[in-house]
Amino acid sequence: MRDVAVVGIGMNKWGEIWAKSFRDLFVEAALMAIDDAGVDRLDSMTIGCMTGGLFVGQEHLASMMADYLGYKNLPAARVESACASGGLAFRTAYIEVASGMSDIVLAGGVEKMTDVSGDGATYALATAADQEYEVFHGATFPGLYALMAVAHMEKYGTTRDMLSSVAVKNHHNGSMNPNAQYPFKISVEDVNNSVMVASPLRILDCSPITDGAAAVILTTVDIAKKLGKPIIKIIGSGHATDTIALHSRKDLTTLDGTTVAAKRAFEMAGKTIKDIDFAEVHDCFTIAEIIVSESLGVFEPGQGGVAAQKGETGLEGSFPINTSGGLKSKGHPVGATGIGQAVEVIKQLRGDAENGRQLKNNPKTALMQNMGGSGGSTLVHILEVA
Amino acid sequence: MFPSRIWREKAQRYRLEAGKCTKCGYIAFPPRLICPECGVREFETITLPDTGKIVTYTVIRVAPSQFTDEAPYAVGIAELANGVKIMAQIADCKVEDIKVGMEVVIEFRRVQTDGHHGVLSYGYKFVPKWY
Repeated sequence: MRDVAVVGIGMNKWGEIWAKSFRDLFVEAALMAIDDAGVDRLDSMTIGCMTGGLFVGQEHLASMMADYLGYKNLPAARVESACASGGLAFRTAYIEVASGMSDIVLAGGVEKMTDVSGDGATYALATAADQEYEVFHGATFPGLYALMAVAHMEKYGTTRDMLSSVAVKNHHNGSMNPNAQYPFKISVEDVNNSVMVASPLRILDCSPITDGAAAVILTTVDIAKKLGKPIIKIIGSGHATDTIALHSRKDLTTLDGTTVAAKRAFEMAGKTIKDIDFAEVHDCFTIAEIIVSESLGVFEPGQGGVAAQKGETGLEGSFPINTSGGLKSKGHPVGATGIGQAVEVIKQLRGDAENGRQLKNNPKTALMQNMGGSGGSTLVHILEVA
Repeated sequence: MFPSRIWREKAQRYRLEAGKCTKCGYIAFPPRLICPECGVREFETITLPDTGKIVTYTVIRVAPSQFTDEAPYAVGIAELANGVKIMAQIADCKVEDIKVGMEVVIEFRRVQTDGHHGVLSYGYKFVPKWY
């Protein structure tokens, strides 16, 4: 396996982007990444997208995006693992470069979610759950994470204010991210008094419906040196599945897919969680960030909410999480989210994070965790400044 | 919703039929072709017990279109007497009265209607065990 580096990043402003089409959103981010890397060619492209078919009626998007990117006959593929599609695109591109099959690969992600009604989006997102044994009974995605939240609160005493502190922290970070969908601060009271979606989760516990795209360029460390870019290597990649249905899991208060994917990434990197300076994790709901922080081993089981409330995961905390604003504030265009995480991680590792959200301790090693459904697919990557 | 999709699940939704692994005893609901615990492919058909305890629940207020008339409604996971966990709506009680640990009975109920003229989908719901 060859050493692989990320040499280019591209991401547009995320949000309710009515004026831009599905294809233009992607091409814009892809061109930004190509320009940032300074490469004059691509050997291949992998795009994460959960469901272009249900959101804009467009499948076969690898062909469309390669065409509109101006790369005639480029080998391109779309990969799908629900909300982990972006992370999967990152891993697929990594394997392709590491294997020697291709030298310069674009890993992208895109989702255009606001061309359908809220009900249409709820339906499209619910396809990531078990249609016959969860969705059939009226379960929604906020509902599935609410079931985890109640189980966690019952077992560990996690509180309403602990959940809220995650949203408050992520909005604080996102207020400094020019690409965030909701770059404004909120208070614990705002979250506690927001509209109930699926008890105990309120609207400000939930990540939004978002249009957006992101792209990164992966290449060999040798080529990266010639490009004169900071060398940020991918040193660990872990991928794991778990049961599709939440009720099939032995423990509803952990995310085993995350634990296993992280273990695989750590083993590959020769690292432990203690070696990680900060992380971008999949906070599709506030409870998700709390459980993920425990399943990654950052905090002991049951201590994720306590730590969040104490500020341990803030920019100045012992283990900063979601410096970008996370899915909560930055937005969650499902197929693009995993690549959006990579964009933030690279910015932080380059020392380029905007508006005062740059971590001060010269972070060297970062982790990103991206998951699909109620945790049925998880990707964990570890990146390090060479 | 196409009738074939509902028809395929009728043994589970109407009769709670599950598969029990003939080697390790793992109970698959819905039935599976291969045991995820031991890899054996032979199962015997059993019926799930019709009582259990709620292990977690939520009250859904923002509902998918086919459930908007019922919102707010509760969805929960119950652990049955044999340890199997299944998901269903919790009916016949005030949502405020639902608690983790509450004993429930699984009853045959209508779950979805496909508009005014579509197929009625039947299945199971949890109801509080009052007796």
